[in-house]
Amino acid sequence: MAHLGELPLGARARVRAIACERPVRRRLLELGVLPGTELEIVRRAPLGDPIELSLRGYRLSLRAEEARTIEVEALSATANEPAAAPARA
Amino acid sequence: MSDKPLVYLVGNPNAGKTTLFNRLAGVRARTGNYPGVTVERRTAAWRAGPHAAELVDLPGTYSLSARSPEEQIAVDALLRDAPAVVVVVLDGTSLERSLYLALQVCETGLPTVVALNMMDEVRASGMDVDVDVLAARLGADVVPVVASRSEGLDALTAAVAARLDEQRLEEERATDTPTDAPTDAPTDVPTDAPTDAPTDTPTDAPTDDRDQAALPSAGEPPAGRPAPPAPVLGAEAEADVEAVARVAADVLKAPPRLARAWALWALLSLDRDDELHDVPAALRAIAQARHEAADAAGRDLDLELVAARYALLDQLISDAVRPGPPKPRLTDRIDAVLVHPVAGLVAFAAVMFVVFESLFRWSEPAIGLIEEGIAASQGWLRGVMTEGPFRDLLTDGVVAGVGNVLVFVPQIALLFLLISFLEDSGYLARVAFVIDRVMKSVGLHGKAFVPLLSGFACAVPAVLATRTIASRKDRLVTMMALPLMSCSARLPIYVLVTATIFPADTRVGVFSVGAVVLFSMYSLSVAATLGAAAVLRRTAVRGPRPTMVLELPPYRLPVLRNLVGTTWDRVKTFLVDAGTIILALTIVLWALLSFPKSADVGARYEAERAAATAALEGEALDERLAALDAAEAGEQLEHSIAGRLGKGIEPAIEPLGMDWRMGVGVLGAFAAREVFISTLGVVFGIGEADEESSPLREQLRDATRRDGSKLMTPLSGVALMVFFVLACQCMSTIAVVRRESGSWKWPALMFGYMTALAYVVTLIVYQTGLALGWGLG
Repeated sequence: MAHLGELPLGARARVRAIACERPVRRRLLELGVLPGTELEIVRRAPLGDPIELSLRGYRLSLRAEEARTIEVEALSATANEPAAAPARA
Repeated sequence: MSDKPLVYLVGNPNAGKTTLFNRLAGVRARTGNYPGVTVERRTAAWRAGPHAAELVDLPGTYSLSARSPEEQIAVDALLRDAPAVVVVVLDGTSLERSLYLALQVCETGLPTVVALNMMDEVRASGMDVDVDVLAARLGADVVPVVASRSEGLDALTAAVAARLDEQRLEEERATDTPTDAPTDAPTDVPTDAPTDAPTDTPTDAPTDDRDQAALPSAGEPPAGRPAPPAPVLGAEAEADVEAVARVAADVLKAPPRLARAWALWALLSLDRDDELHDVPAALRAIAQARHEAADAAGRDLDLELVAARYALLDQLISDAVRPGPPKPRLTDRIDAVLVHPVAGLVAFAAVMFVVFESLFRWSEPAIGLIEEGIAASQGWLRGVMTEGPFRDLLTDGVVAGVGNVLVFVPQIALLFLLISFLEDSGYLARVAFVIDRVMKSVGLHGKAFVPLLSGFACAVPAVLATRTIASRKDRLVTMMALPLMSCSARLPIYVLVTATIFPADTRVGVFSVGAVVLFSMYSLSVAATLGAAAVLRRTAVRGPRPTMVLELPPYRLPVLRNLVGTTWDRVKTFLVDAGTIILALTIVLWALLSFPKSADVGARYEAERAAATAALEGEALDERLAALDAAEAGEQLEHSIAGRLGKGIEPAIEPLGMDWRMGVGVLGAFAAREVFISTLGVVFGIGEADEESSPLREQLRDATRRDGSKLMTPLSGVALMVFFVLACQCMSTIAVVRRESGSWKWPALMFGYMTALAYVVTLIVYQTGLALGWGLG
């Protein structure tokens, strides 16, 4: 199992779990980062951190500390279907 | 609050909400403040068809959930104020994200109109949105608009007017009912007999109906309207929500739908260390109990609640939105350059250079004009009024104070034009993205960079610029630390002191001594700023680990009118709120430096002037009189409260290498740091002086302490500059921090820690130097 911080640029992944502190976690959930959500690592900032994600048709930046708390499964780069409905917990 | 129906505008940041507000409100917008927080409240009288309404622009947000008082504004406005209509502004190009807020609003059952904005971009992208499906599922009217081009605004206004029509009809029905009732007493004023009246109320006006009449927006939708959306929860989560809703209905006197909205809000907002206010203890207790029980059962209540909404939204998106053909976005092509590992840094530096240049150079002519205008007014007043304390009050107190306020306006206006441009275009988020790595190392947010950089020019516009930072704690840390950045008002002091203590051709290696001094002082200021931020983060502004979860919006062309509007709002609030404090402090400071006057000194100089007039004539006389005036001013200053304070604090500042004259200068410098120099000019009895004036330099070089040793040695000069780098010598900064933090607590803390830091570091520098025998000659 990988976390978001260790995926290469351009990789697509599906969120499995989010394990950060409650305030940030709630924020991420409400911004649509849910288990089951598909996202893509678009780029890193010039100084290496934060990273830019593409999900649900918008762009979100996260620091490495947050990215590390998001557990993902890597998807093949060709999968380009829009994010599926999130799995119910 | 007016009796007019309230129409609230809510939406994500970058959804075009402000543009829409400006288009609807025109020039009638008023800017105020929400009580207790420093978030602007923009309202406007607005006509929707036959209805006179009050249009209110709520702060941009992604969700109604809240952790801070600022974020709480939206939920309080919707669930407590009973708005007549809520207009949700959506960015049509990113419906997947922005529908979450719309869903939250629609769930409350409040009459909602969705403004589907950026429809030009939606059409251009080949995307297709089925407005009818959206409307049916959300239980709201959905109106496509292009706010930036005023397209669709008539339809939007008509939809709001239709909602207001319905409510007026309902109200009329509700007010008709009691008049049909057999009793004479109006049913809604049972205050005469509170115990009996409610039960005696005729039953043909049931209690529920009256509640709806009082809160027309809280009822079920009128016939013909689709029901509000209701995300389907699992049985356990549903039980949690219902339990909390029962408490909410009870303690907040909320009708069922609003009680449910409060319950969902409470379960997703309340937390052990949130900073929310006015949350009933019972609501807090039940929300926490339900969370703890869920945690204990291995459930994830937060996720269950949010996932239910997204499940509904994902279904809605797949039914109502057909995505356009995939094609490269313009934003991606721009970002390929602007956040490129190399080119991105170059672009960043270039943009920051423009910000810097505007503060330092572009504002210069306007500042010069203001200063000239103030000097001219003072000269004119001196000419037309008879000499005396009242004239001095007007010229040196009031007019000087107005000048002290106005002089900031060019920098504030330019900085906000630029910042609004960067923000509205989308680049400000990239600034944070590019530089966050550096900022986070000291506990700051990426968005703190522009305010900190602006601090090199002046802390006043820089403190105002912290408004771009969303989180209150991030903003507080930034505004408390940034006055340590070496602002341009400190520069004249470095120049004067360096020129006084070092011969002009002194070199350190290949560098001139001036360059080395400036470099050292600026380095010290940056190190102190970042160090202070790191310490504040761990002490006074402690909180959960700071994060930077930031949307990078698509690049868009800013609307000029919004830029001008935002800039004008900032300038106006500064003039009104901070300006009055600065004016008052200027007058107080003038009084401290002017009174009491010694009659003896006055009489003695009067006699000397008479003698000079008798003995001399022409230029010699003028010179002699000017010298006498300057000397008298110096002696009178010594006699004033400030002079006495200077002498009073001498024992405290002697270990820093200063004497009482420096003490008076430091007190005078509260008006603005560069006033240190003109105050010294007065103390040393040479009249008007600036950092280039040789008489002042010579006087300083020759000045001795009581024990006969030289006042200005290289060591005491360096100590003095270090003091000015670190000390909070600026009442305008204090005034503006008071304005932006919303209380005197923060400026008091800032003044305290900066003064203590300045004192201790200067003490260490001077005493170490003395002990080692450095820089005494």
